[in-house]
Amino acid sequence: MSELAYPAGTAGSPPHSGPGSTPAALRRSDRIAADNGSGVPAGAAVARQYHLAEEPHPPNGTALGFWLYLMSDCLIFAALFATYGVLGRSFAAGPTGAELFDLPLVALNTAFLLTSSITFGFAMLEMQKQKVNSTLAWLAVTGVLGLCFLSLELYEFSHLISEGAGPHRSAFLSAFFTLVGTHGLHVTFGLVWLVTLMVQTRKHGLIPANTRRLMCLSMFWHFLDVIWIGVFTFVYLMGVLR
Amino acid sequence: MSEQVLTAGNNGAGHGSDHSAGHEEADGAPHSTLKGYLWGFGLSVVLTAIPFWLVIANIIADRNVAILVLGGFAALQILVHVTFFLHMNGKVEGGWTLLSTIFTVVFVSIAIAGTLWVMFHMNANMMSGHSDMVMPDQSSTGQAPPR
Repeated sequence: MSELAYPAGTAGSPPHSGPGSTPAALRRSDRIAADNGSGVPAGAAVARQYHLAEEPHPPNGTALGFWLYLMSDCLIFAALFATYGVLGRSFAAGPTGAELFDLPLVALNTAFLLTSSITFGFAMLEMQKQKVNSTLAWLAVTGVLGLCFLSLELYEFSHLISEGAGPHRSAFLSAFFTLVGTHGLHVTFGLVWLVTLMVQTRKHGLIPANTRRLMCLSMFWHFLDVIWIGVFTFVYLMGVLR
Repeated sequence: MSEQVLTAGNNGAGHGSDHSAGHEEADGAPHSTLKGYLWGFGLSVVLTAIPFWLVIANIIADRNVAILVLGGFAALQILVHVTFFLHMNGKVEGGWTLLSTIFTVVFVSIAIAGTLWVMFHMNANMMSGHSDMVMPDQSSTGQAPPR
């Protein structure tokens, strides 16, 4: 353990090894020495090759990488939320949020997305038990709920546009359609991904590659639900106030 | 540099068991439980229902108070989702997930708060002398002047 604390502790500072030695080689040999010292009486040459190949890849690297993608996606939505915050009251003498938004419809939509989050959770639980059919069934339920959400949103959009409250009407509506539409696009691509993974799972079963992909999709799906919390609170509920 | 970072992440995730190659995928997924999902779902149903009820039934008269209360409920629900559905805690990935999230939260707060602050400040400064520009957030003028 102590030799692992060493690179972590000096991560920010330039390597200060002795003169004439290459730091990377030094660190690598440190780790090999420690691995051999950790109780496994390994034959030296073979064990060294193995650990050198595996060491730089933490076992859960995909999850961390995907998490970083989600965080960068957060920044996109931050920009869109900020834009909506600035333009959300610029009605250009057009309709306001209080006149346009149908809160019971939004509540129904929220219920669809929230329920789809927990059904995806159930799918992940079945996946952990390696049950292919029930995993697929819960994924299908999730997909149907996502489709309900999307249809309701498209209905709302078409209703607004037919009322003359399309994205061109005012800065408020431009910002509204961009923010909510971007979230809707994410859900759309999430659904495409979901169907793809259902086909993959049906074809190949719950192999490690598929469980890894499903784990990423579940993070994506829950993340979209988190973004929706911001949307229904800051756009719909606060838009209706006053 | 990156090698060091990855090594450090590995360190916190539990060095001892990670090296057996067969366990990679089993250790990869966060271990979710039915109880955790049900708790998260129950809490978020409550935390969704209350704000909708507050607005639909028009419970809070003052707009600023309502905005604060709604924002509080949203923040709470986001916390519930991140904890129970996204399985976030300080231990996942040796804390790197938490660290990147904290960075994102700070960045998002600065971006949103800073944008609102700067832009509304600018609106107020640019109002004077342009009586033909409609700025609906100035409640004193209220109605849009005729073009």
